[in-house]
Amino acid sequence: MLYTNLHHVMTAAEHQKLINENENVMICCGRMGPMCIPVYGIMEDLEEEYKHVKFADMEFDNPEAYVIRNVPEVRGFMGIPFTMYYKNGKLVKATSSIQSMSQVRAILDNEFAPVTVS
Amino acid sequence: MNTNNHFDAIVIGGGPAGMTAGIYLSRARLKTLIISDGVLGGQMVLTHEIANYPGVESISGYQLSNIMKKQAKSFGCVIKSNSRVTDLQIEGEIKSVTLSDGTTYTSNAIILTPGGRSRTLNVPGEAAFKGQGISYCATCDGDFFTGKEIVVVGGGNSALEEAVSLTKYATKVTIVHQFDHFQAFEYAVEEAKANPKIHFIMESTITGFHGNEKLERVDIKNIKTGEVQNFATDGVFIFIGYVPNTEFLKGKVDMNQWNEILVNSDMATSIPGVYAAGDSIVKRYRQVTTAVGDGTIAALAASGYIHQLKSRHLHETLAH
Repeated sequence: MLYTNLHHVMTAAEHQKLINENENVMICCGRMGPMCIPVYGIMEDLEEEYKHVKFADMEFDNPEAYVIRNVPEVRGFMGIPFTMYYKNGKLVKATSSIQSMSQVRAILDNEFAPVTVS
Repeated sequence: MNTNNHFDAIVIGGGPAGMTAGIYLSRARLKTLIISDGVLGGQMVLTHEIANYPGVESISGYQLSNIMKKQAKSFGCVIKSNSRVTDLQIEGEIKSVTLSDGTTYTSNAIILTPGGRSRTLNVPGEAAFKGQGISYCATCDGDFFTGKEIVVVGGGNSALEEAVSLTKYATKVTIVHQFDHFQAFEYAVEEAKANPKIHFIMESTITGFHGNEKLERVDIKNIKTGEVQNFATDGVFIFIGYVPNTEFLKGKVDMNQWNEILVNSDMATSIPGVYAAGDSIVKRYRQVTTAVGDGTIAALAASGYIHQLKSRHLHETLAH
């Protein structure tokens, strides 16, 4: 059980639904460990700012997380969390292990769109 | 002075020392801002279980951090997480802190609680292969190396204990250490030496990481002879201690040769109105409990300083 304040994806079907129904989706797949918690924290902080992105997490040890663990894009990954970025249902970027705020921002701005100040 | 951006006290660092300072200051009705470089909780959130925090039988670092955050907020403390300090002026009665988003905040007092972080080797390839063969956490990533051969870098307790725990997964663990002896406790050294899966390369250091999609080889240099061997490995775990996050304080407060902040028993630094607490100060025992203790002292001393400053200003105004 991931006790974060993010939306939790529990099944492969939910995962599919989430990426189909939202244009921009970021899912962090990990455990409650030292490399994962900082990424969840960054996502919680960015959730309010990046309203055009849907943020969620999924437990790495959940058997249903094969939808993330078994895709070819993560073949070389040997560090959790696996953080996945989807646009229109398609995986556009994936990272392995801990990431900084500026690294996450750069990917969100590049793959989706920067936050527009109104 | 923009009064919205003016605080009685600014706390730089959101680990247990900083959050405790925030709780004490805001509870004393002082307008307080906590600025945290990363996620709130500091290195405490990296601990799976804390079983020696008095009054709490067992809790994860993440949960303890969330409670501290809730407490600080409940007293009115303002918290900005994932915010980096780009400029700091701490001389004089009004201090100022500028963040990477360009906002400047001012205050009467500053409490420095920037904490520490795991040391990295800082050699070519290290950043590129992080998560693709290089790891800093055995409990997180150990199972990716089941049936594989790995390297552990370091010679302290963490390095030797984690090397032993990684033999649950790996078929061979090679410890690379820069000295001819270990700094770890004798029991940890004995346990590692008795493990048939563990091998040692002493007086050596890693100078480069190589591979395609993931890490495949490392350069191991013998410090004495200068000879470099190209060593095939599936993974490298790095446990070479901690460094204080005090680079941004160089030339601003007095520090020792390891860049740890010098404080007196009131947690006061060399600059009036500037206090420090937690893992970044000179001290022997770095624990959540000691950080909380230092944070309390720093906050109480800073409160005294702020009240003195305010009453002096009041007297000066009345005298005019």
